[in-house]
Amino acid sequence: MQSVCYVRCVRRLWGPAQASQILNVTNMHRSVRQLQHKKVMEDNKPWALISEVGGQGYIEEVTDIMKQHFQIICHKDFLQNPLLHGPKIQAMFVWNALPAPKPALLSSLPSLKVVANGGVGIDHLDVSYITSLGVKVTNTPGVVSDATADIAMGLLLASARNIVEGHQIAVNPNTMHTQCQMGVEVTGSTLGIIGMGHIGCKIAQRGKGFDMKIVYHNRSRRSVEDEQAVGASYHDNMDDLLKASDFVVLAVNLTPETTGLISHRELSLMKPTATLVNISRGLVVDQDALVKALQSGTIRAAALDVTHPEPLPRDHPLLGLPNVLITPHVGTNTYTTTRRMVQRMVENAVAALKGQTIPNEVKPK
Amino acid sequence: MAEEKTWALVSEVGGEHGYLEELADILKQHFRIICYRELLEDPVLHGPKIQVLFMWKYCPAAEPLLLGLLPSLKVVVSGGVGIDHLDVPFINSLGAKVANTPGVVSDSTADLTMGLLLASARKILDGHQIAIDPKTMHIPQSLMGVEVTGSTLGIIGMGEIGYKIAQRSNGFEMKILYHNRTRRNVEDEQAVRASYCESLDDLLRQSDFVVIAVKLTSDTTGLVGHRELSLMKPTATLVNISRGQVVDQDALVKALQSGSIRAAALDVTHPEPLPRDHPLLGLPNVLITPHIGISTYNTARRIVEKMVENALAAVKGLPVPNEVKLQLHNQC
Repeated sequence: MQSVCYVRCVRRLWGPAQASQILNVTNMHRSVRQLQHKKVMEDNKPWALISEVGGQGYIEEVTDIMKQHFQIICHKDFLQNPLLHGPKIQAMFVWNALPAPKPALLSSLPSLKVVANGGVGIDHLDVSYITSLGVKVTNTPGVVSDATADIAMGLLLASARNIVEGHQIAVNPNTMHTQCQMGVEVTGSTLGIIGMGHIGCKIAQRGKGFDMKIVYHNRSRRSVEDEQAVGASYHDNMDDLLKASDFVVLAVNLTPETTGLISHRELSLMKPTATLVNISRGLVVDQDALVKALQSGTIRAAALDVTHPEPLPRDHPLLGLPNVLITPHVGTNTYTTTRRMVQRMVENAVAALKGQTIPNEVKPK
Repeated sequence: MAEEKTWALVSEVGGEHGYLEELADILKQHFRIICYRELLEDPVLHGPKIQVLFMWKYCPAAEPLLLGLLPSLKVVVSGGVGIDHLDVPFINSLGAKVANTPGVVSDSTADLTMGLLLASARKILDGHQIAIDPKTMHIPQSLMGVEVTGSTLGIIGMGEIGYKIAQRSNGFEMKILYHNRTRRNVEDEQAVRASYCESLDDLLRQSDFVVIAVKLTSDTTGLVGHRELSLMKPTATLVNISRGQVVDQDALVKALQSGSIRAAALDVTHPEPLPRDHPLLGLPNVLITPHIGISTYNTARRIVEKMVENALAAVKGLPVPNEVKLQLHNQC
């Protein structure tokens, strides 16, 4: 640091040209040049646009992963001078759908090579549009699956066994001796998985440990080995799965085909003792139909990690129902999984910038 | 004329500690039920008729005063598997047998254990409270939990319930350690991929989740205290589904307040319920449920059916399937 201060002093006193001459002949010359070189190298890292650190954005603990390969700029700072910063940005990291890769933003990023999403769901991205601009899109499948499957089981068990209600009774300062409602049995019950992708299979694996009978519905049937590994039976007709299940878990991705997949009709096919668990996207379920089904006892309960929107308006009927458990989209909220997601997101972006094979490229349909 | 049913004493039907109607109906199929309150109205008249005492959630308590009113008592049948609340030698000395209901409680208790573990690890309670809070405007990014998949689970007490907990944890690819009075056989261990820790201390040091599934005896009272909690990782979670007294509660409060351990999830405390000003109730990193390990319709029904089975056998002078016999080591 001393050498830099020296350089500044010399430059201030003598002006740049003369300072150079003087500095060239001093012993400080080499160390200063080394410092300057290092700064230039850091500045040579490609620029990446992110939403923010803290707040709605990244936890502080994961920013080091991004900074290893990128010079990051937050959206707020970018907006201070988009003309200056825009052309430098080659990568955009999207976390919790922010910053939103909309036309207005993308048009101010002429050097953009990749939109890298943190998370596997990409329903919030217009992949066709983004790729039409010559920009690649990536996501982070695989690394999210264990934590998401864990949350699905956690919600299923918490709902079945009235854990939240039980806690509230146990710690209520005003009352003792309050009856906790009886729960429903998980062991040996029937688990119906709608969407048997990577996450769905891991849910099945966990359900098996509870001796649950596993049935599933998927666009396409899985292999015999996959089915046998978790003891799962395929139901070509989703209605059959709905009728047979004690717990229905939604693990599809959100597409035009799965939007509103579960509505009045589907809920009415479910057992009145059944529980709906949603860890996919809020829009997969018709929320008005769900409210009615819960109010009327058409189904026993629901446990949702996802809603539409997130969060729900504060006066939404779902918030007031006693047989609903809602978590604020925490499916991947562990330090370990969050780090893995950011690592994968960065890996994808680095590969895109280097023109190498991208691990998780999302191609337009 | 219909054969008169044997008289059996219960706490109450309905109410906080009583039987659900549907469950009482199962008892009524085989017994003439009399409630505790009714007995007290005329103990001299009713007492001698009673041959069976059904205990549910520790009520009615098999205390000397009550037992003194029941000269014809043949059996005390307790719903559930724990019998730490029963003075078995004393009851036997009065000529009555004691029976419990092992086996039927294990699945639902293991299920609740996993539910508590996951709810604590993934902050489901906090999440729900934030999700429904009228002041919540944004999804919080800082509500971080700890990873369950691939973590290390230490089970203290590898009986039937402990074993079923291990089975469920396999599905989450947890590394399983266990400590028990005696080591299980190799086939059992391999079936659930569990490794024996002869030293409880080793289990405590290595585990991300410590689950207590022992029964309460003089040996296990205060098993987990200051020293044991300080051996645990600061990122570890304690889950207790055994009995409150297995844990030194004051030590637990200190460990939770100081960050010696990350969190605790308890289905059992001492007493139950805790006094309303107990420090455990105010800690943000504690999840407590009111002893609901067997609270499902299915399991409650199976427990009652097993209670009936045992009582009928005792009344008929036949071998009682789940008789609790005195062992070399004191149970209570």
